[in-house]
Amino acid sequence: MLEANLHKQLRDFPLDLNLRVNPGEILVLMGENGAGKSTVLNSISGLLKPDNGSITLNKTPFFDSANAINLPVEDRHIGYVLQNIAAFPHLSVAENIAYGMKVQHIQKDLIIQRVNHWMELMDVQELAGVRAGNLSGGQKQRVALARALAIEPGLLMLDEPFTALDASSMDSVKHMVKDFVAERRIPCIVVTHRVEDAHDMGDRICILSQGTNIWEGKSRDLPAVGNGSVSKYAE
Amino acid sequence: MTRSFLEPNNLLRTLTVIGAAGLIILVTLYLALPVAALFFRTTPELFFSSLSDADVQSALRLSLITSVISLGIVILVGTPFAYIHCRNTYPGKMIVDTLIDLPLVLPPAVAGVALLVLYGRVGLIGRYLNIFGITLAFTTVAVIMAQIFVASPFYLRQAKSLFEQLDPAYEQTARTLGASAFRIFITITIPLTASGLVSGAVMTFGRALGEFGATIMFAGNLPGVTQTMPLAVYVGMEGNFNIGLTISILLVLISFAIMIAVRFLASREVQHA
Repeated sequence: MLEANLHKQLRDFPLDLNLRVNPGEILVLMGENGAGKSTVLNSISGLLKPDNGSITLNKTPFFDSANAINLPVEDRHIGYVLQNIAAFPHLSVAENIAYGMKVQHIQKDLIIQRVNHWMELMDVQELAGVRAGNLSGGQKQRVALARALAIEPGLLMLDEPFTALDASSMDSVKHMVKDFVAERRIPCIVVTHRVEDAHDMGDRICILSQGTNIWEGKSRDLPAVGNGSVSKYAE
Repeated sequence: MTRSFLEPNNLLRTLTVIGAAGLIILVTLYLALPVAALFFRTTPELFFSSLSDADVQSALRLSLITSVISLGIVILVGTPFAYIHCRNTYPGKMIVDTLIDLPLVLPPAVAGVALLVLYGRVGLIGRYLNIFGITLAFTTVAVIMAQIFVASPFYLRQAKSLFEQLDPAYEQTARTLGASAFRIFITITIPLTASGLVSGAVMTFGRALGEFGATIMFAGNLPGVTQTMPLAVYVGMEGNFNIGLTISILLVLISFAIMIAVRFLASREVQHA
């Protein structure tokens, strides 16, 4: 289970948020641009340091300002797909997917096995040797997802992960992510602007505005909220 | 109906085109003619016979060796320096930025005097080195030090600019995958900036090879020890003109090769996501 109690002063307002994501649950974060969604993910990943608060994953403290704990990013073992599709352009598709596993000194045979598995699932096996810099936006996004999932992280965080995918691959990728989270019983946070992604992915939805949680509930309740106020945030 | 080119609008356009073409021709000729004159002044026989002269070969060998060593030091020290400088904030960072650029505007002769005042036999540091029997001024090491001082900004500025422009998402993603800072530097940052770094290195090599002012002040002009190609050109102009001419042509050819290499490398930058 992920528990986060975050406080950070942003440029225009303070981020002040309590989050709890259960094993196997997908929490969708929505909100207008600049509401603090990416800051939440960056804080949990360790790329940003909160001013104070605490973050724990399965009782492992990632951050605790009271006890001066701040686990380095590289030790948090999370799968994080950033908003910019950061498939490493100089590496091939297979090398991209293998990157995290190599870093973590996973056995070579297992790396090959997992790379083949994820290339097949993400339908990029024919592009194995192609440099990511030469891929389309959708292909890069699938490679970035495969790379994050292949390390079998303890927490999955996806920032606008489906924006570049075409309609034909969107559904299968979403199913794949949902199945992965459910099977491995890991918490997952998805940041999205799109209501359909929230419906498709979210077990629970949280809407942020100016750093605070203004609505939380099930996706089925989403359209009814505030007579269209959600669509204001979800444009 | 045909319009006359003497109509005011057409006349103005015609004059603009003629003026623009004239300007381009004028600037091109101003830059190209002196270089071309070098080639017209010699013959292939004269060029190749001067090339086998011992002084020419010695200057060529010394220039290439010192420039390669200077470049190696600039790359080995300058790359991590530029990376650390870009990725961190520290007191006096702006001063360091200014100091990096200083050799670009400083007259090379002044740079040579400055190096001499610091590392010379009675210099601020040189006098202490002298106690241990270490002499830097007027040695081949001084040639390398002068080249590094004058040429390193070409590489450092390029490396800084490349590291600053690199999308932070690549390094951040690698961190979340568990990579250490050193591993990210080697496997992500360097490969993604490699073409630009190499073109910076080529420019640095060219500047080191052509260094004159700081070298003659700090290292002197000793054949086989500190007499690099530009210094040999200077000596040649006072003695054997053909040798000066031959080395000049060699330097022009090397400069051309460097510019072609830079343009080629700049055209094959890695496409970032």
